[in-house]
Amino acid sequence: MGILIVLVPLALLLGFFFVGVFLWGVKSGQCDDLESPKHRMLLEKDD
Amino acid sequence: MNEESIKEQYDDKVVKYFLVATIVWAGVALLLGIYAALELASYKFNLGLQWFTFGRIRPLHTNAAIFAFAGNTIFAGIYHSMQRLLKTRMWSDAVSWFHFWGWQLIIVSAAITLPLGFTQGKEYHELEWPIDIAIAVVWVAFGLNMIQTIRRRKEPHIYVAIWFYLATFVTVALLHIVNSIEIPVGYLKSYPVYAGVQDALVQWWYGHNAVAFFLTTPFLGLMYYYIPKAVNKPVYSYRLSVVHFWSLVFIYIWAGPHHLLNTALPEWAQTLGMVFSVMLWIPSWGGMINGLMTLRGAWDKVKADPVLKFLATATIFYGMATFEGPLMSIKSVSELAHYTDWVIAHVHGGALGWNGFLSFGMIYYLVPKLWKTNLYSKSLAETHFWLGTVGIVIYMLSMWTAGISQGMMLNAVDASGHLVYPDFVQTVTRIVPLYWVRAFGGVMYFIGYLLLVYNVIKTIKLAPKAAPAVAGSSNPVLNVSVGDLVKSSHGEGPHRVLEGMPIILTVLAVVAVLVGSVIEIVPMIAATDQSSVEYANFKVKPLTSLQLAGRDLYIREGCYLCHSQMIRTMVSDVLRYGPANEMADSRYDHPFQWGSKRTGPDLARVGGKYPDLWHFRHMLNPRDIVTQSIMPEYKWLLEQKLDLSSIERRMSALQGLGVPYTDLEVSGSVEDAKKEAAALAAAVEKDGGPQGMADKEITALVAYLQSLGKQTEKK
Ligand code: HEC
Repeated sequence: MGILIVLVPLALLLGFFFVGVFLWGVKSGQCDDLESPKHRMLLEKDD
Repeated sequence: MNEESIKEQYDDKVVKYFLVATIVWAGVALLLGIYAALELASYKFNLGLQWFTFGRIRPLHTNAAIFAFAGNTIFAGIYHSMQRLLKTRMWSDAVSWFHFWGWQLIIVSAAITLPLGFTQGKEYHELEWPIDIAIAVVWVAFGLNMIQTIRRRKEPHIYVAIWFYLATFVTVALLHIVNSIEIPVGYLKSYPVYAGVQDALVQWWYGHNAVAFFLTTPFLGLMYYYIPKAVNKPVYSYRLSVVHFWSLVFIYIWAGPHHLLNTALPEWAQTLGMVFSVMLWIPSWGGMINGLMTLRGAWDKVKADPVLKFLATATIFYGMATFEGPLMSIKSVSELAHYTDWVIAHVHGGALGWNGFLSFGMIYYLVPKLWKTNLYSKSLAETHFWLGTVGIVIYMLSMWTAGISQGMMLNAVDASGHLVYPDFVQTVTRIVPLYWVRAFGGVMYFIGYLLLVYNVIKTIKLAPKAAPAVAGSSNPVLNVSVGDLVKSSHGEGPHRVLEGMPIILTVLAVVAVLVGSVIEIVPMIAATDQSSVEYANFKVKPLTSLQLAGRDLYIREGCYLCHSQMIRTMVSDVLRYGPANEMADSRYDHPFQWGSKRTGPDLARVGGKYPDLWHFRHMLNPRDIVTQSIMPEYKWLLEQKLDLSSIERRMSALQGLGVPYTDLEVSGSVEDAKKEAAALAAAVEKDGGPQGMADKEITALVAYLQSLGKQTEKK
């Protein structure tokens, strides 16, 4: 069970990493506009 | 730059290659699946040839399905959608091609080594250490390509699909590296540094998240791109998709222990796994509803368009599998479901329904687009859809029935406290007809797939010969050379470079820290853990050199794919197999062999249950002893010489990992093994068994089987 000393922190670290990425996303404006991206991705005609 | 010239720059050639690879490997994976299914329906399909026995075909099938079929699907979809979502070409053509060919090479090496019996004996992580390293390298190249492309994007917003792709890359890299820490003891043989319960935890932390981050998150990314595209309507709620992403990413990683319910794993760890698994239900269904609601008001389109049919049905299967999964993670349900074909039904709902159908939908959508033409035949695709759907339904119904019936029979205890079906094989006989039905469902699904192949070939033949797409994608002027790549990062304005910095730096930092700490800490923990409290009350004898050689054969033959070595804490398990296993029982097991499926009985305490000769005869032909048995024959074990050339290296590696071998035992390992084998073979001969078995593989295997359950003593 000692392996949990590795697995739990690793999972937490991964969690924190994703929190960090999330915060970066928020700060750099990724979440400012959650309406238009879904329309814009359709604009490009794909052929 | 106008839109046309951006489009010209997309690298669609590599997308085409990945698509073709997807189609080719899908066929291989499906055929192997049908073959494995037939082997369970009748042992005769094992052909008496070692390379084709179930224990070696089954890993080949799972690896082909996951890494070859699903893997290439992911890469094709990511390379295609990412360039369009970010309005830029993939960062480096050289890296893209390295990724493509590297991955195919890995698949080919898997296809060669697995039938030959080179395996680590851990599910979905069977490939031996050199291939493990290759996977890590190619995977990092893929991630780098992706991150650099994001950095150079011409569209500031990172669409939610790309977040799913990124999480896939980061998490799979981590899982793969942690589960790959192993000590090589030969060119194609290694032992994991973890043993027993630790190895079980690491393996299922990996195994569960392989399902989560290889078969779920990337496919969700594809769903969020291709469903809106194919129906030409925006996703129902973008906000919900973002919430879906973040909640999955945070919850999934904790759910692994649900593969180990009712085992020797401590209660609290089981509960943790169960709680997080049940929690997963909510975001998963949020995502499914989001996908399906995108199609609201467009059901007439779905009816008319096979692409949408495949994508919509895939999403429904996603919903089904993510409802069933949490249900099966409830401890009491697991008592029934675990080790049975119910699990097989569950994974195939996911694999055939969710991954397979999403992949087919994407192929039908992309092939006409990339080859600038129309789909050759809509009605063939329509037929494919129905064959596939009915195939899956037959598959799942038969395996649900098989799993639940066998589970109930195995767990049935009468009023006087006796097993209702004490003979394991009784429960097998009951479900063999269902194995035929399952194979039939698989064949239907495969015929559907053949229609896809035909349709795709015809479609590509329809493509205009001098199509601009073909010219554009291979246009040397537009292709970026390696030299350009080095230059390109300098060519950009400082603003761009800085903007990309946070992601790339964080990713690199995390990877560096993780790899570093894992490499340093893990072996230390693995060794020191041997002194921990769970083991304090037991004295565990390590295997002798002959038994160890036998254990390696057990792994080589993939016995763990039909036999568990973990008696759970439930009454029926204890009645059938003996006292529930303690953690100490697998203390020195590198790798653990708890198994995940009982096609045959548990073997944790089979040692001493039968005389040696019984095992010789049983391995030679199980039906000589148990007439209804579906276990393969292992004739070659009685013919092939036992290879002891590396046993000393193996013992010494294990000694280094904390198995208490004395130096004398290590240096005398060959002598000891020969002596023990000679004695065992002589006794078998005296009892009227086969002659001259002292130097044959079978003797080592039997020595190992007879050790099972005999090594642990309460202090
Ligand atoms: C296709 C699945 C399958 C594979 C692979 C398989 N077995 Fe079996 N095994 C069975 C079944 C079913 C039974 C029960 C019927 C019987 O005794 O033959 C069984 C029974 C046994 C038994 C008797 C257990 C008991 O308590 O009566 C032993 C020992 C055994 N297997 C060893 C092995 C070994 C060793 C390997 C690998 C070399 C192996 N098996 C591979 C299916 C399998």
